[in-house]
Amino acid sequence: MNSNPPASPRPRIRNIGIGDLLHYRLPLAGIVSILHRISGLLMFLLLPLLLWLFEASLSSERSFEQFQDLAHNFFVRLVLLALGWALLHHLCAGLRFLLLDLHWGTERLAAQRSARVVLFVSVPLALLFGLYLFGAF
Amino acid sequence: MAGLTRKAPVGAHYGLRDWLAQRVSALVLLAYLLVVGVSLVVAGHLDYDGWYSVFAPQPMKLFTVIAVLALAYHAWIGVRDIWMDYIGSTALRLALHVATLLWLLYCVVWSVKILWSI
Repeated sequence: MNSNPPASPRPRIRNIGIGDLLHYRLPLAGIVSILHRISGLLMFLLLPLLLWLFEASLSSERSFEQFQDLAHNFFVRLVLLALGWALLHHLCAGLRFLLLDLHWGTERLAAQRSARVVLFVSVPLALLFGLYLFGAF
Repeated sequence: MAGLTRKAPVGAHYGLRDWLAQRVSALVLLAYLLVVGVSLVVAGHLDYDGWYSVFAPQPMKLFTVIAVLALAYHAWIGVRDIWMDYIGSTALRLALHVATLLWLLYCVVWSVKILWSI
């Protein structure tokens, strides 16, 4: 197979390239899984914002008011909505993974069903959180 | 052939312990979220006094620090896996690992500072 074995570098195994992603049709469980990863990374990246808000909300009554003003900002609310969705999805999908670790629902149909349940729970809850954030109730 | 036997310093060679830590820390965080959620409901009005009264008691401060430590370990494993999966260059991956660790450590210290200054 290899034409110059002495100088061959460590083999790099690549089963898909970035371009292939567009043509792939992920099953629902795959979508839940990649969203689990994306939501986790999102929360990691937004951790400083969260700590900053936490500090402002706790350190004094005055800074609490500033925190409230900030939380009224449209853009901040959008970011909080993204954070809320990320937490809800990560939580629901994480619980599903824990159950799969316990060998619960590992058959194909059961796994498909639980993936659907994750989305049916996390997305409406995120929408409710968004309605709350933007003052619907 | 030496290149084939030498291991990269950021390879995956600590499987089971991290796998378990990922799940235990997830359960700690779940418990913390439930406790904070119940405390907020009990506190009632979410003005400054109500919000403050949730986090000010010593046991809650300690639980919060434990949750932040669990979060840091949990995030370290997850983010490290992301770097391992997508970053091909060993030098860049090592730099990202170090940056991630230092950043999470900073966040832990920061949250301790927040909690003990209230």
